[in-house]
Amino acid sequence: MDRRDLAWHVDRVARILVFVGGISAIIFIVGIFVFVTKEGLDFVFGSLDLGEFFTSIAWRPTSNNPTYGALALMVGTASVTGFAMLFSVPLSLGAALYIGEFATGKTREVLKVLVEMLAAIPSVVWGFVGMSIMNPLIIRVFDVPLGLGVLNAGLILGLMAAPIMTTIAEDALKAVPDTYREAAEALGATRWEVILKVVIPASKNGLLAAVLLGVGRGFGETMAVLMASGHAINLPTSPFDSVRALTATIAAELGETVNGSDHWGALFTLGIFLFLVTFIINLTADLVVRGIRKK
Amino acid sequence: MFGATALNRRSYRSQAVAKAAFFLMTVALVIPVLIIVGTLVVKGGPAISWEFLFTPPTNNMTAGGILPALVGTIWLVVVALLASVPVGVAAALYLSEYAPDNILTRAINLAIINLAGVPSIVHALFGFGAFVLFFDMGASILAASLTLAVMTLPVVIVATRESLQAVPLAFREACWNMGATRWQTIRKVVLPNSISGILTGVILEVSRTAGETAPIMFTGAAAYVAFLPQGVFDQTMALSYHLYFIATQQTGVPEELTFGVALVLISIVLLMNAVSIGFRVYLRGLKKW
Amino acid sequence: MVGPAAAAGTEGTAGPRYDESPIVQVRDLSVFYSRTPALSGVNLDVYRHEIFGIIGPANSGKTSFLRALNRMDAFNPAMDVQGSVRINGKDINDWRNEYALRSRIGVVFPLPVGLPLTVYENVAFSPRLRGIRQKEKLDEVVERCLTRAALWDEVKDRLDSLGSLLSGGQQQRLTIARALAQEPELLLLDEFSIAVDPVTTMRIEDVLRELRTELTIVLVTNLVQQARRLADRTAFFLMGDLVEIGETEDLFEGKVKDERTTGYIEGRYG
Repeated sequence: MDRRDLAWHVDRVARILVFVGGISAIIFIVGIFVFVTKEGLDFVFGSLDLGEFFTSIAWRPTSNNPTYGALALMVGTASVTGFAMLFSVPLSLGAALYIGEFATGKTREVLKVLVEMLAAIPSVVWGFVGMSIMNPLIIRVFDVPLGLGVLNAGLILGLMAAPIMTTIAEDALKAVPDTYREAAEALGATRWEVILKVVIPASKNGLLAAVLLGVGRGFGETMAVLMASGHAINLPTSPFDSVRALTATIAAELGETVNGSDHWGALFTLGIFLFLVTFIINLTADLVVRGIRKK
Repeated sequence: MFGATALNRRSYRSQAVAKAAFFLMTVALVIPVLIIVGTLVVKGGPAISWEFLFTPPTNNMTAGGILPALVGTIWLVVVALLASVPVGVAAALYLSEYAPDNILTRAINLAIINLAGVPSIVHALFGFGAFVLFFDMGASILAASLTLAVMTLPVVIVATRESLQAVPLAFREACWNMGATRWQTIRKVVLPNSISGILTGVILEVSRTAGETAPIMFTGAAAYVAFLPQGVFDQTMALSYHLYFIATQQTGVPEELTFGVALVLISIVLLMNAVSIGFRVYLRGLKKW
Repeated sequence: MVGPAAAAGTEGTAGPRYDESPIVQVRDLSVFYSRTPALSGVNLDVYRHEIFGIIGPANSGKTSFLRALNRMDAFNPAMDVQGSVRINGKDINDWRNEYALRSRIGVVFPLPVGLPLTVYENVAFSPRLRGIRQKEKLDEVVERCLTRAALWDEVKDRLDSLGSLLSGGQQQRLTIARALAQEPELLLLDEFSIAVDPVTTMRIEDVLRELRTELTIVLVTNLVQQARRLADRTAFFLMGDLVEIGETEDLFEGKVKDERTTGYIEGRYG
């Protein structure tokens, strides 16, 4: 065979191979949905009472008369995530503004590296920090009997979600063309006025996407929440109350269930729920970002 | 003539206030990192010794070292990399070098975002349902590593794609104009000039993989295994799961020991991260065009 | 070899062979970028061993014309080519292996691109694609092509430094050397002198005149006088139209059919 034709055939084969790599991402995401749904399906069409699932706080899978009310778990996840976002969103956006718009040179590099380090700390280490550092601290400072709860898990979750929000928000700020800034500065506006009146409005979609991804991160976090939230089924009334999250429930209970049992199916059903919610969050964030690119 | 007006002065003051406020917000985010690392070093440092690293745990894991967990984590990371790096690099090559701008490409990108966004515990359920049960691998290093591989695939893809796209299009066109095929162009010009960027991404993936706990809990990690893994079908201990276990499930573990495990884990992760960052900085200084 | 063409070749007075079939036949060639026309309905022939000049102001479709010859629309989804181009009598779209087609056509564009490989490997790139492995053979090609591109003296002591780090003018000549190393039948040059100093330009022009004995050159240039110095025939493009083609001497001596050509040549617009 001629060398040129050989090269053409090799190119063909390479194209097919990398294409397989490309669609593998789709295969895996579909695979996740299929396999998680498959295991949950029997339960969903069998013992699941949707009304109970969404409105009851009684998650008693091991009782003689098991009930599968996931409301408390959802409230647990929501309260921890919400508390986390309460402080993490402003701090992350502020950090993005500082790193992206004010900081220069070495300071900027050092801050960026520290944010990356924040992102690198494994979730189980965060959980351990919650148990062994934050717990005694909260007990001492607030004089409460237990430091594992919404406050503890929320603080940790907020720190965990901060890097992704900071990074994405900084990208969004960076996407605002410098000509906008220069034009406004030429009119005599200070840096801060430029940011407030030009940069933030121009990047608001990207900032919104950053917050959404942060929420998604908090919502799906498992080990840290499991270890720092107190893991008690409870509708919290104060930040010091213990709660239990959806993710943590799966992590804590899957090991003790019998394959194919109702309890087992219920845990996979929680998985389906988690998958769908994060899918929607990510899809929305993607659409929001795509919105800015089109403009 | 150009003296500051009151309005002017006020806007400069608000500028200074804003700058200071944002700086403090940034510091509030990054200070905990230093506190955490500092505390782990102070409280866990005394536990670290050669003996700690290279002997197995004893007395129901309330004493002794962490050797099987350390070795297990290495096994998990290596097998996960073997699976995810080829697939991830191929995916990135497809997206950067071949993919037309169509619906399928958008779907792939969306799938990558979602793979990164799906909660780790859902990945664990998938790994359990697919690898442990359906493909009948049992709880094993293989099943756990494949679960980790799927989960960290986006890290490789994104890092690789970024470094591929940093190679200017003009180089590709010059090669194509000489009659090089797309693949020849990739092999001779694109890959050699992005390989270090890809490596940076892979190191970052090592750091992610080593720290994950939830995906391996039901797919291959065990609380205690008396021997070191002999092959990919063995169950294994892992540092991350070991930390979880002795921190929550086991009583009577001395605090120093738990902090020591946490310190070893975070050292590995941060070391890998530092290598990755250092590599990136070094590459930035290395001008090739 | 017998026949007038071969005889002419041996006498060293190689020139265009208007009696043979053209090497390039272009019929109704139109180029669009995202539906905006850049070139409309061009018909022309390029003959073997001629230097075919194309002149015209910016945005007249000269570069689009070259890109179409090489099937470069494959690189740019926004670029759409209609009409037919035949090279050696074969429609370029009938080549299943478009890479084999491009390997026979050397291209030099205005923005020089030194590949991030050593100077040596830049030039040895296409010989290696052809399967040449022997060191001596490669050495010979590299030296010959670099010499012809008027670059050898400047780089012979640093053949292993990166081609992408040479100066702009050197990169331009490296690009030319690379194109020559393809041993092309057809060489497409697009404003090659833009990054090169006048003295070097003259040296390269001399080389192009010599090369005419071996290959055919299509020379797009923004320098009207360069076309006059080099081209056997010259085409004038304006706003996507081929205004006229003629013997270069005729065009420059005012024997034109179209007023616009004279206007451009005399520099009344540009």
